[in-house]
Amino acid sequence: MDLLHNLGIGFGVAFTLQNLLYAFFGCMLGTLIGVLPGIGPVATIAMLLPSTYALDATPALIMLAGIYYGAQYGGSTTAILINVPGESSSVVTAIDGYQMARQGRAGAALAAAGLGSFFAGCVGTIIIAAFAPPLTELAFKFGPAEYFSLMVLGLIGAVVLASGSLLKAIAMIILGLLLAQINTDVISGTARYSFDIPQLTDGIGFVVIAMGVFGFGEIISNLGRPAEHREVFTKDVKGLWPNKRDFMEAWPSVLRGTALGSILGVLPGGGALLASFASYTVEKKLTRNPRVPFGKGAIQGVAGPESANNAGAQTSFIPMLTLGIPPNAVMALMVGAMTIKGIQPGPQVMTSNPQLFWGLIASMWVGNAMLVILNLPLIGMWIKLLTVPYRFLFPAITLFCCIGVYSLNNSTFDVYLTALFALIGYVFFKLSVEPAPLLLGFILGPMMEENLRRALLLSRGDWTTFVTRPLSSGLLVAAALLIVIVSLPAISRKREVAFAAED
Amino acid sequence: MKIKSERDFWSGMMFLVVGVVFAIGAMNYSMGPACPPNDPCATSAWARLAQLSAHPGAGYFPLGLSILVALLGAIVLFKSLTIESENGDPIGGFAWKPLIIIVVAIAVFGLILEPLGLIVTVPVLIFISSLAGDEFHWKGALLNAVILTIGSWAIFIWGLKLTIPVWPVFIR
Repeated sequence: MDLLHNLGIGFGVAFTLQNLLYAFFGCMLGTLIGVLPGIGPVATIAMLLPSTYALDATPALIMLAGIYYGAQYGGSTTAILINVPGESSSVVTAIDGYQMARQGRAGAALAAAGLGSFFAGCVGTIIIAAFAPPLTELAFKFGPAEYFSLMVLGLIGAVVLASGSLLKAIAMIILGLLLAQINTDVISGTARYSFDIPQLTDGIGFVVIAMGVFGFGEIISNLGRPAEHREVFTKDVKGLWPNKRDFMEAWPSVLRGTALGSILGVLPGGGALLASFASYTVEKKLTRNPRVPFGKGAIQGVAGPESANNAGAQTSFIPMLTLGIPPNAVMALMVGAMTIKGIQPGPQVMTSNPQLFWGLIASMWVGNAMLVILNLPLIGMWIKLLTVPYRFLFPAITLFCCIGVYSLNNSTFDVYLTALFALIGYVFFKLSVEPAPLLLGFILGPMMEENLRRALLLSRGDWTTFVTRPLSSGLLVAAALLIVIVSLPAISRKREVAFAAED
Repeated sequence: MKIKSERDFWSGMMFLVVGVVFAIGAMNYSMGPACPPNDPCATSAWARLAQLSAHPGAGYFPLGLSILVALLGAIVLFKSLTIESENGDPIGGFAWKPLIIIVVAIAVFGLILEPLGLIVTVPVLIFISSLAGDEFHWKGALLNAVILTIGSWAIFIWGLKLTIPVWPVFIR
C-alpha cells in the first residue's frame, strides 16, 4: 500500500549515517535550548539557518526539525524539575509536574512526559504520512484566489489562537506584510522603498528580523529583569520508571492528549502551545476523582499536555509540507530554509523531492526515539547546564547571532540592520505587541501579494472573485468566523484566563 | 483626554505613523494602468478602482496595506483613550543600559569584523556585551572570550567552512 511504500522511502533516507547524525545533533541542540530559559526554537533555528548553506536540503531540514521537537522535550524537563518552563508549551506541565517533583516523584513525572511524548510523536508521524498525499491532492485544486484566502485564514488563525490583544496582533501581521514590501516588485521590476540603498532592493532578510526581534529583543528584555532565585531538584531523580498505578492513571490521558494535539496542531496558529493548554483543561474536566487533585501533582496533568504538545508539534508540519503555508513562526523559518536551498515549498515538493519529504517525516520518528532514549539518562547533564550563569550565556548567544547574520550574505549592512531590529524588538516588547505575527506576515507577504495580483488579473479586477469561488469564500468565511468567535465576550475571557497562566 | 492605556496609546501611534509613512511612499509607484481619454474611470472613484484592480501596479498592495494598518492604529489609539485598563497599563522603565550596550555591540561587530577579523572581533564583542549584564568580572569575561574565540573558529571556520575573515587586514 502506498503509505508503507512511502514510509519505506522515508526510512531509507532517515537511516543513513549522515542523516542520523544530523537528527541526533538537532535533538541534542533542541533539548539544550529547551532546557535553557530565554532562548527558544525560533531564535535557534534563525541562528542556524545561515549554516545550512553548507549542508544539503534533507540533512538541514532534519536537523532543524530535530531542534523544534527536541525543544519540547527539554522544556518539560526544566518545567518539572525546577518549575521554570523552558518552552511556552511546557507552562502547563510545570503546574502538576513540579508538585510531583516536590513529592519525590520527579522520576515518574519525567517518564510520563517522555513516554507520552514518544507515543504522541509516533502517532503524529503516522498521521502526517497518511494525510499528506490526500491534502496535497486538494492543494492542486487551489488557484491564486484560494491561496490568498488560505493565507488570510492562516494569518488570522495564528493570531486568534495566540495571546494578547487581537487588534494589535492583526496590526502586527499587516506591519509584517508591509515590511516585506521593501523589495523589487516581481511583476513590474520597480524597486520599492529602497531609499537608494542598493542592499535594500532585495528586501530585508527575514533572518535579520528574526534574530533582531526574537533573539536580541529577548536578551535585552531578560537583562532588564533582575535575576531570579530557583530551587533545583536534581538529587532526587531516582525511580525513573513509573509504577503500575501511575501507568494505569496516565495512559488514557496520553491517548486523549495525542488525539487533541494532532488535530490542533494542523490548525493555523495551533501547534504545541494551544494543544497543551487544551489538554490540561480536558483532563481536568474528564478525570473524575483523581487520586491526587489537579494542581497538587496529578500525573494526568503531566501526561496529557505533554502528549498533546508533542503531537501538536509534529502535525504542525502538515500545512507547511503540503501547502507551503507555515502555521507558526517556527514553520515559517523552515519555509525560509527550504527557499534558501532552492526548494519551493508547496504541494509539488512531495512529487519533486520525495526523498526530502518522506525522509523528513521518517526522521521525525527517529528523532522522537532518540530523545526518549537519550534524555532520560542525560537529565543530570542538562540540569548542570542550568547552573551556568546567564552572564556567560548571553554574550555567547549574541556572538552566534551576529556571526549567523553576517554569514548569510557576508554583508555588514545586514548586521547593522539587525542592530536596528534589536532596538525595534525591545520596543515591541515594551509596547506589548507580539512579534511572532509580524514574522509570519513578513514571510507570507510576497506570496500573498503575488497571489492577490494574479487572482485580480485573472478576474479582470473583480474583487468579488474571492467570494464567488466556493473554496476561497469558504476559507474567508472561516477566517471571519474565527475573528467573531474570539471576539465574543465569553470566549475572550477564557482566552485571557488561559494566557494569564503563562505569565 | 486622558491616556487610559499607555502601551496601547503608543502602539496605536506607532501603527498609525508607520502606515502613513508607507502610504506616502506608495504614492510614488504606479497603482495600475493609466486612464484612457473619455473613459468613465476618470470620473467615478469606483470605476477607477476597478480599472486599477484589473492590472495592479507596484504601489497597489503597499497602499492598501498602509491604509489598513493606519486604520487599525487609529482604532487602537482611540481605544487607549477611552477604555479603562488596570493602573493605566504603563510602559514602565526602559532598560537603557542593556539596550544601548547590546545595540552598540552588534553595530561594533559589523564595523570591525571585516577590517580586523574574527580574532579581534570576538573578544571585543564578548567584552562589550558582558558589560550589559548585572555583574561584570574581568576574569570571567576574559575566559568566556577565549573559549568563544576558539569555539567559533572551530565551529564556523573549520567546521562549517564559512568565509569569514579571521585575521586583521594587515596580517592577511
